[in-house]
Amino acid sequence: MKDEDVEQIEIDLLLEGIRRRWGYDFRNYSPASLGRRLEHARKEGGYPHLTALLDGLLHDEGEFEKFLKYMSITVTEMFRDPPFYAAVREKLVPLLKTFPFVKIWHAGCATGEEVYSMAILLHEENFLDRVRLYATDFNKYSLDVAEEGVYPLHNIEAYALNYHEAGGKGKLEDYYSAKYDLGKMKDFLKKNITFSYHNLVTDSVFGEMNLICCRNVLIYFDKVLQDRALNLFNDSLRHGGFLCLGSKETINFSSVKKDFETVDSKQRLYRKRSATHV
Amino acid sequence: MYEAVVIGASAGGLYALRDLLSGLPKGFPAPIAAVQHIAPQSQSYMSEFLSENCALRVKEAEDKEKLMIGCVYMAPGGYHMMIEQDRTLSLSVDDKINFVRPAIDPLFESAARVYKSHLVGIILTGGNADGAMGLRNIKNQGGLAIVQDPLTAESPAMPQAAIDATNVDHILPIVEMAPLLRSLFDGGSNHAYARS
Repeated sequence: MKDEDVEQIEIDLLLEGIRRRWGYDFRNYSPASLGRRLEHARKEGGYPHLTALLDGLLHDEGEFEKFLKYMSITVTEMFRDPPFYAAVREKLVPLLKTFPFVKIWHAGCATGEEVYSMAILLHEENFLDRVRLYATDFNKYSLDVAEEGVYPLHNIEAYALNYHEAGGKGKLEDYYSAKYDLGKMKDFLKKNITFSYHNLVTDSVFGEMNLICCRNVLIYFDKVLQDRALNLFNDSLRHGGFLCLGSKETINFSSVKKDFETVDSKQRLYRKRSATHV
Repeated sequence: MYEAVVIGASAGGLYALRDLLSGLPKGFPAPIAAVQHIAPQSQSYMSEFLSENCALRVKEAEDKEKLMIGCVYMAPGGYHMMIEQDRTLSLSVDDKINFVRPAIDPLFESAARVYKSHLVGIILTGGNADGAMGLRNIKNQGGLAIVQDPLTAESPAMPQAAIDATNVDHILPIVEMAPLLRSLFDGGSNHAYARS
């Protein structure tokens, strides 16, 4: 048997063990980046083999907490892809404003930079008071950071450029208070955000939303799991509600394609068709 | 014999890629996946530029896209690009590797796992060492390693790092790469046409 066949057995055992021990199911993650992450976790933990890592993960909750950090997306920015936020501002906000009250779900919010970006945008459109934002992630560590809303100042300052390119109407520094080398997002941005645990792999429908934002999360899933998540979004959206994906993600390979029309193909904005269209 | 080509390029790589790809015919019988280090916002321009300057179809990669022969897939700015066992592309926004994203190593390493000895890896001009480990992976799996002659590269560091890291098969100026690729894939081409 070749080394890589043995490694595949180890990966299968590891994922099965994690699922049965902790309830997290990574079996339908995209294999190439999953493999890299597992390898990274193994090396960082000082384990000679993935089966040795499994031993640690089965018997030590602390090791599993560490492992989860390696398994979730932590690379994010405020106003990441500025043209996306400009498109939301120009194309979606005017339509959303026709509702008395709007619910927005940031699925896989990681450390929260994008949900604060959305809150800032909505505030500048005088709309934040009529919106409830739900920010969810499966990583409790990331959620804590998101809820805290405190980021290294040199990061925030770099986001100012994104903010202006995204059509920001003021100054990004209006939205945080700086202390030493940290910036804390202001409370008025947080008051309409609910942070909570949700796992796109194993949990079900999440409220009845007007807009769902899930960007650069689906790239980590294989086609089966992407389809599950997209169906979950479809079921969680009102008719006429919007779905926003990452700039390299698409619904075209999924079974929900027929249920959506494209609002902006470059910025990956989709709208759920109303029942009468079906 | 060979089924796919992966290319890595950095500083000076845009023109090197143009010169290489423009020597390949439309309907080249393999998919080509390439990483060019570049600022995210310039990326879509790059695919257009290359597309206008060669006979092959050049496009920015989409997540879960199936690799097709005769098409060049460029890693999008800000994303790592990898090849899965089912010969689709997958993207990630994981941390930078070798200080860059997209990085060449994850593309080369993932492609080596999929195509094994049926893969050609090419390192072009560049100012860092990204791709050297990936090219070594390709060699370890029995694939073919081609590196631009550092003396002809706008930035010699990256080809030199690749040459230092592994026992490469060919060290060539750009102009000699397309003829080599055409001859390597010639047999495959006839088969592909015979089947279709």
